[in-house]
Amino acid sequence: MQKSLHINPGKCTGCLQCEMACSYENEGLFNPAKSRIKVFTFHHEGRFVPYTCTQCDEAWCMQACPVDAIVVNAATGSKDVLDSVCVGCKVCTIACPFGTVNYNVDTGKVIKCDLCGGDPKCAEACPTEAITYIDAGATGLERMRNWAAKTDTAKHTSS
Amino acid sequence: MAWTKKILRVNLTEGKIQAEPLNMEWAREYLGQRGLATRYLVEEIDPRCDPLGPDNKLIMATGPLTGTTASTGGRYSVITKSPLTGTVACSNSGGFIGAEMKNAGWDMIIFEGKSPSPVYLYLEDERAELLPAEDLWGKSVWATDELIHKKHQDPLIRIAAVGRSAEAGCLYACIVNDLHRAAGRSGVGTVMASKNLKAVAVRGTRGVGNIKDPTRFMKVTAEQKQVLAENAVTGQGLPSYGTQVLMNVINEVGALPTRNARDVQFEDANKISGEAMHEPRKSDGKPNLTTNAACFGCTIACGRISTVDQGHFTVKNKPEYWGNSGGLEYEAAWAMGTDTGVGDLDAVTYVNFLCNEDGMDPISFGATVAAAMELYEMGVIDKETTGGLELKFGSADALARAAELVARGEGFGKELGLGSRRLCEKYGHPDLSMSVKGQEFPAYDPRGIQGMGLTYATSNRGACHLRSYTVSSEILGIPEKTDPLVSEGKAALVKAFQDATAAVDSSGLCVFTTFAWTLENIAPQIDAACDGEWTTDTLVEVGERIWNLERDFNLAAGLTGADDNLPKRLLKEAAKTGPAKGKVAELDRMLPEYYELRGWTPEGAVTPEIRERFGLPSQG
Repeated sequence: MQKSLHINPGKCTGCLQCEMACSYENEGLFNPAKSRIKVFTFHHEGRFVPYTCTQCDEAWCMQACPVDAIVVNAATGSKDVLDSVCVGCKVCTIACPFGTVNYNVDTGKVIKCDLCGGDPKCAEACPTEAITYIDAGATGLERMRNWAAKTDTAKHTSS
Repeated sequence: MAWTKKILRVNLTEGKIQAEPLNMEWAREYLGQRGLATRYLVEEIDPRCDPLGPDNKLIMATGPLTGTTASTGGRYSVITKSPLTGTVACSNSGGFIGAEMKNAGWDMIIFEGKSPSPVYLYLEDERAELLPAEDLWGKSVWATDELIHKKHQDPLIRIAAVGRSAEAGCLYACIVNDLHRAAGRSGVGTVMASKNLKAVAVRGTRGVGNIKDPTRFMKVTAEQKQVLAENAVTGQGLPSYGTQVLMNVINEVGALPTRNARDVQFEDANKISGEAMHEPRKSDGKPNLTTNAACFGCTIACGRISTVDQGHFTVKNKPEYWGNSGGLEYEAAWAMGTDTGVGDLDAVTYVNFLCNEDGMDPISFGATVAAAMELYEMGVIDKETTGGLELKFGSADALARAAELVARGEGFGKELGLGSRRLCEKYGHPDLSMSVKGQEFPAYDPRGIQGMGLTYATSNRGACHLRSYTVSSEILGIPEKTDPLVSEGKAALVKAFQDATAAVDSSGLCVFTTFAWTLENIAPQIDAACDGEWTTDTLVEVGERIWNLERDFNLAAGLTGADDNLPKRLLKEAAKTGPAKGKVAELDRMLPEYYELRGWTPEGAVTPEIRERFGLPSQG
């Protein structure tokens, strides 16, 4: 089964555990500034929204890369940056419509979410299940279930 | 390890900034944050210095676990000498700036001297500079935050700032960070403003590492997060209701100081409680509470994000207050609601917004308004004194206007800004100030929770609930239940809580974890992260060392055992209603035993033996 990250901003408290887990996995340090997932705070609305790469099928970043440094991971479907090939031209950061590919000034390469090879640490670290890693073909399942629970069929059939 | 081992020293008088290595010998003795910064303060200032003069220093300090994945590991503290109490001040804050400082590569920032003109510190990793802040002076915290973000064109900067109240000399001004978290008590913001330092703006991209045993650290922090999640208080009560879960509980047990502690129960407690914050309003169908929110790394998320009803008289025609912002915590709701007799959730929330916007400690502010209301109702002060304010208990209008005046340092707000002790002394009724060492006590009445009487009397920063939160044991039964109406055994309880809390406050973790964690849960996390061996015993010893260091500073500053006292009202006027009816605070039964347990003289002085045992420096 192919899985994907599923984000439910309504459950996010803005604690940044995801950013720490991501940076620790990828950089070996707790460093939100180098996280591939970012939590945005909309203060006046009282909302927190985690945001990261959704692993587009026809990925703009991959298509734009002039040196083929971004490749599909066959196991997870993620689009991964090959550090040994990336030349740091940043064309992918322009091509990505969502801003989820970013340049790392310390390494001269770009960084993006690679689903941690199929075991995304952000989802594991999230204390409220605002970030989950679930069946890519049924990310709406929980929402459907919640609505399904509200349908009042019992009442109709018994009357 | 876990420390960055670097401190930044900022001489404001000369505009000179330099990096220094952290004193690692002290780090092993005092851990970090509260303890370690107090050690620096003791070394570097004269305890008798004028708190608002250039000789006082102001230290912003993180703990070794600040900026790590340990749950709640985002705390920082501000340590200085307090202008409100004349004691050591240590105010702890969450939000995000502590972790940002650590990410920029610094354990601590020491500010000394006084800048000739308003400045703010801009810190981006190794780059640190003092920038002019003339344009920010006279602005609120919120306006300052917006202007600094705009100027640097960087939304990721974290900012701590003082508001107009601090500039005007309000003695209980906070340092507010991330818009609505605060190093709240004892006037640490007043000290910052006295140095012409308007704000500290930080951007850290270096990350936090240096973990002694990373594999063990990841494992043990994950296990302990699970403990928090499965605990009823940290897993359910605090996320749902915040600290406001306590309003109805403390009212029930008859320990809710009401109308300047004339009463111990409030008839309108349920209107301003955590439960009330969930109730949809009639006007727009929305509840006061929009969502809960976490500080950096916190898996509890007790923070409140709230709105005020747009039609409420306090914000009508003021759209700048219609959005979401930091909502009511229990102590704030108590001080500005219960203690003033105001059972109006919107009014109290609005006043809470003002406290964040211009940096006032809501506990001291609310309790000072309560004292002023009593003076007003007694006829000691009148409309002429207050500039037209009808300071009657229960008046939401008077509360809101008082907050506006203190926030801006205008009119009678200047007097209210000096705190209840100075106000009540000025008008000839010092006994009506509900304070210890000049700092107002918070939301627990010692007549109904005896341990809190000793807690307030002996707290090293003046009356405070966070120095030994025996409410945990006496009301909630954590870690074990004791009878709140009995003073026997409380001396030992208070000492144990004081020592453990001093260690937690020095680690980078939040004291709220201790609803679920004991030092048994905390020590392994510190031990996995930090050089050396950190056991429960080590932490208790560190905590006791810190407590004695703070005490010794206060004694050198001129305080004595006679200052370990409570307002006469708590000692003489019995509780009128509820389970504690007929009780007074039995301080005299606890204090001598407490001194003995501490190994101090019967007068409350730290002995040479204690100094030697803990390796304390000589002071004064």
